[in-house]
Amino acid sequence: MKRRDFIQLAGMGAGAMMLPMDGFTQIVDPSRMLDPLLDASQKKVLADVALNTTKSLGATYTDVRIGRYLNQFVITREKKVQNIVNTESYGVGIRVIANGTWGFAASNNVTTEGMKKTAERAVAIAKANSKFQKEPVKLAATPSYGEVSWKTPQTKNGFEVPVKEKVDLLLAANAKALEKGANFVNSQMFLVNEQKYFASSEGSYIDQDIYRIFPNFAVTMIDRASGQFKNRPAFAAPMGMGYEYMDGKAEDKILLPGGVTTYNKSYDMIEDAGFAAEQAKQMIAAKSVEPGKYDLVLEPSHLWLTIHESVGHPTELDRVLGYEANYAGTSFLTLDKWQTKKFNFGSKQVNFVADKTQVGSLGAVGYDDEGVKCKSWDLIKDGILVNYQAIRDQVGIIGQSESHGCCYSQSWADVQFQRMANVSLQPGKEQLTPAQMIAGVEKGVYIVKDSSFSIDQQRYNFQFGGVLFFEIKNGKIEGMLKDVAYQANSQEFWNSCAQVCDARDYRVPGAFNDGKGQPGQINAVSHGSATARFNGVNVINTARTI
Amino acid sequence: MAILSKEEARKILEKALSYSKADGCSVSLNGTDRGNIRYARNSVSTAGENTNVVLGVSSNFGKKLGTATINEFDDASLEKVVRRSEELAQLAPENPEFMDALPQQTYGGESKTWSEATAKITPEYRAQAAADSIGPAAAKDVTSAGYLEDSRSFSAILNNKGLFAYNKETGVDFTVTMRTNDGTGSGWAARSVNDVSKLNAATTSKIAIDKALQSRNAKALEPGKYTVILEASAAADLVRLMLNMNARQADEGRSFLSKKGGGTKVGEKLVDERVNIYTDPWSDEVPSSPWQNDGQARKKMDIIKNGVVSGLFYDRYWATQKNVAPVPFPSNAIMEGGTASLEDMIKDTAKGVLVTRFWYIRPVDPQTLLFTGLTRDGTFYIENGKIKYPIKNFRFNESPIIMLNNLETLGKAERAVTSEGQLSLFIPNMKIRDFTFSSLSDAV
Repeated sequence: MKRRDFIQLAGMGAGAMMLPMDGFTQIVDPSRMLDPLLDASQKKVLADVALNTTKSLGATYTDVRIGRYLNQFVITREKKVQNIVNTESYGVGIRVIANGTWGFAASNNVTTEGMKKTAERAVAIAKANSKFQKEPVKLAATPSYGEVSWKTPQTKNGFEVPVKEKVDLLLAANAKALEKGANFVNSQMFLVNEQKYFASSEGSYIDQDIYRIFPNFAVTMIDRASGQFKNRPAFAAPMGMGYEYMDGKAEDKILLPGGVTTYNKSYDMIEDAGFAAEQAKQMIAAKSVEPGKYDLVLEPSHLWLTIHESVGHPTELDRVLGYEANYAGTSFLTLDKWQTKKFNFGSKQVNFVADKTQVGSLGAVGYDDEGVKCKSWDLIKDGILVNYQAIRDQVGIIGQSESHGCCYSQSWADVQFQRMANVSLQPGKEQLTPAQMIAGVEKGVYIVKDSSFSIDQQRYNFQFGGVLFFEIKNGKIEGMLKDVAYQANSQEFWNSCAQVCDARDYRVPGAFNDGKGQPGQINAVSHGSATARFNGVNVINTARTI
Repeated sequence: MAILSKEEARKILEKALSYSKADGCSVSLNGTDRGNIRYARNSVSTAGENTNVVLGVSSNFGKKLGTATINEFDDASLEKVVRRSEELAQLAPENPEFMDALPQQTYGGESKTWSEATAKITPEYRAQAAADSIGPAAAKDVTSAGYLEDSRSFSAILNNKGLFAYNKETGVDFTVTMRTNDGTGSGWAARSVNDVSKLNAATTSKIAIDKALQSRNAKALEPGKYTVILEASAAADLVRLMLNMNARQADEGRSFLSKKGGGTKVGEKLVDERVNIYTDPWSDEVPSSPWQNDGQARKKMDIIKNGVVSGLFYDRYWATQKNVAPVPFPSNAIMEGGTASLEDMIKDTAKGVLVTRFWYIRPVDPQTLLFTGLTRDGTFYIENGKIKYPIKNFRFNESPIIMLNNLETLGKAERAVTSEGQLSLFIPNMKIRDFTFSSLSDAV
């Protein structure tokens, strides 16, 4: 689960540093990242070589993904630049159906000869695997789109921004935290560009250029006398945006109850680093929570992770069917529950939409990795489970004729499979601000930003921590708490959802590196919500002495 | 061509190094052949192989470092990658923590990481392993899901100070989850070996099938503090989390090994005095490469001796700051066990919980090393020396430090497979008192 690697990186020193590089990834000169290599017409010629080869060998379906995956990492601590890494991974993955069975082969040889050989290998593998096949693969129909393209809407390409500008920004943020008394600060900037060309035997030729950005830091405050230390991460979200996310515009700053500033569509890293140092100090001095039942008011920067684990994963059809049983697990949202059309996943306030089109989100693309045009669809409607997340070879199992368009592969070298779309809690229809919500709570905890997370393999029982915890007494914020974690059962928790703030409070945080599959693959996904209230949730105290 | 011999690797590295014009240059060559098979719903879902060799060049001018990689090895490509690393070094900001390359090191003998039997694994072997798992499962009305991955790899480094090191390694990881078709039972078993002749997919699968059948229709116990018997995998999954004994973090005051008022807990008793944990690259059970990627020699060394923290791990930069010798981070850990079998420990337990494995373990508080996670795939209630019945899974909130202070009995040690993490562990089954289960899970 690669997401953990990034958390380690953000939280600790160089000893825990891990960069997500596989054996096919090359370290390159940053100037190469702006070189387009091949244009769409050249890629089409190459893709057609593969399509013709597999057809002549008897494949009944083929898709070809010519992919170029660029990453840039800038890593600093305090006044030091620790590392700047630019990586490129370039190659082709060819997937075929022959004898009713999938076959996949990949190569970094993106030439006419390489396409032909890889295509032959994919067909040979499909034929070899077909002796294990019990049921032939059935693909839901999808339109042929012809030659089309899609690009992440952005106003500043982060790869065109000089590395020095990024270094200067990170060091300025570090300086701000140190100036405000931080003992240590580690900061990073991650940029991703996926240049993906998809061609299928059904006549789609799709050229996509996808960008993501993730600035992050961990500010550490230590109280030497008591030996206590606290880390405060950046209140930034990973986004499907360009470098304009770093603009930190005034209109994107949000003052939350408790006097906390958070950010929406752009992020002020220097300002936040200063707040982080001040808040880390307060986190040490905070009152230890009294365990018991509380009404929780969960801010979007926190709630996204609870949504991810307790709604996003259990509604993935491959988990429901048992394909992930040996690793990530299965799901409590079994087909029989869905078939009743009455399974009350949550209260009436609870509406979840899966969406691959939300502008600025991590999951937004024009078309998925099997050439299906992306869309949004309901998962939970008025609290009832109404659908799953499924791809072309799965939707037939749940009696549907159209793929949901959520097929993804982390690179050209890995086979695509069902991955989570953005799964978001819809804002409430009644006008309601977080301050008004808090005013109605007698005994509660207001939680800002995600931290510790754990959930069982069928997604029933979970425990979440957080970063900032505020005690709510008789409708008022009384001060900061620490040692807070809450435990619940997914269905009970979502049924305890009493209110969701309106669309003005809606934001879209997410996970840069969600892991699934064996061998493991990562996926980037966002989870939108407005602040929501959950009544009577079990809060535990996590303080210990060693 | 993925697995090059020592001589072949050296030849390529020497050629690459000959193009260097920088103040310092280190070249590395890493190659891996990997094969895998995955199955679920009693049917093979994916199978594949891949192969790759990468040459990496790190050049420095003063404290400015640049790294570039390539996977072509003709002379022109080798020169190109060296030049590119030099250009990147010229562009890079100074890294105050840069350390010059090491001179030749002495490594304590040939490594034990390679097995010819594993090197010869074929797609047919993998398919048979899956069949040996799926067949017996289907016969017992159980659904199998499993994954087998085998690898052959080599690593070699050479630098302009004359350091050369080479190692080759094989490995096989096999995990299988068996679920009863009524959905009420689940079992798991796993093996990790360097030598595939020590792996029997059918035997391992049978353990998981038996656990699945025995764990059907679990009863709920109240959460609370229980005496637990942790099978080696469960024990390893918590013990591994205390082995990142990074000196820098401890010195900086942000580690469970930092002390109030400053300083570290080195030399202090941390856990029960029967706990002895060491690292040893020449272990027969969990062998590892005798050197780490910068060429530093790994050594056999104590981590915890009689419950006392023996020493912390220092990277080369931090060692110079603290005027101590650098200490490489461990590649494996061996915890000394006792003589009791799992059955002996069960017999000797009046009331307790047997845990097959843990799952989704995440940090709650780095200060106390508190973690949360859940039991999974076979949790049983023990009463008066016998397994009475299967129980529902629990969520725990526990620190490995507290756990190893509550040690009752150490059983026989074995090579354990953990739910996540890369460290190879040889570790005993163990009995622990007052283990904190904080809630119940309905998950099977």
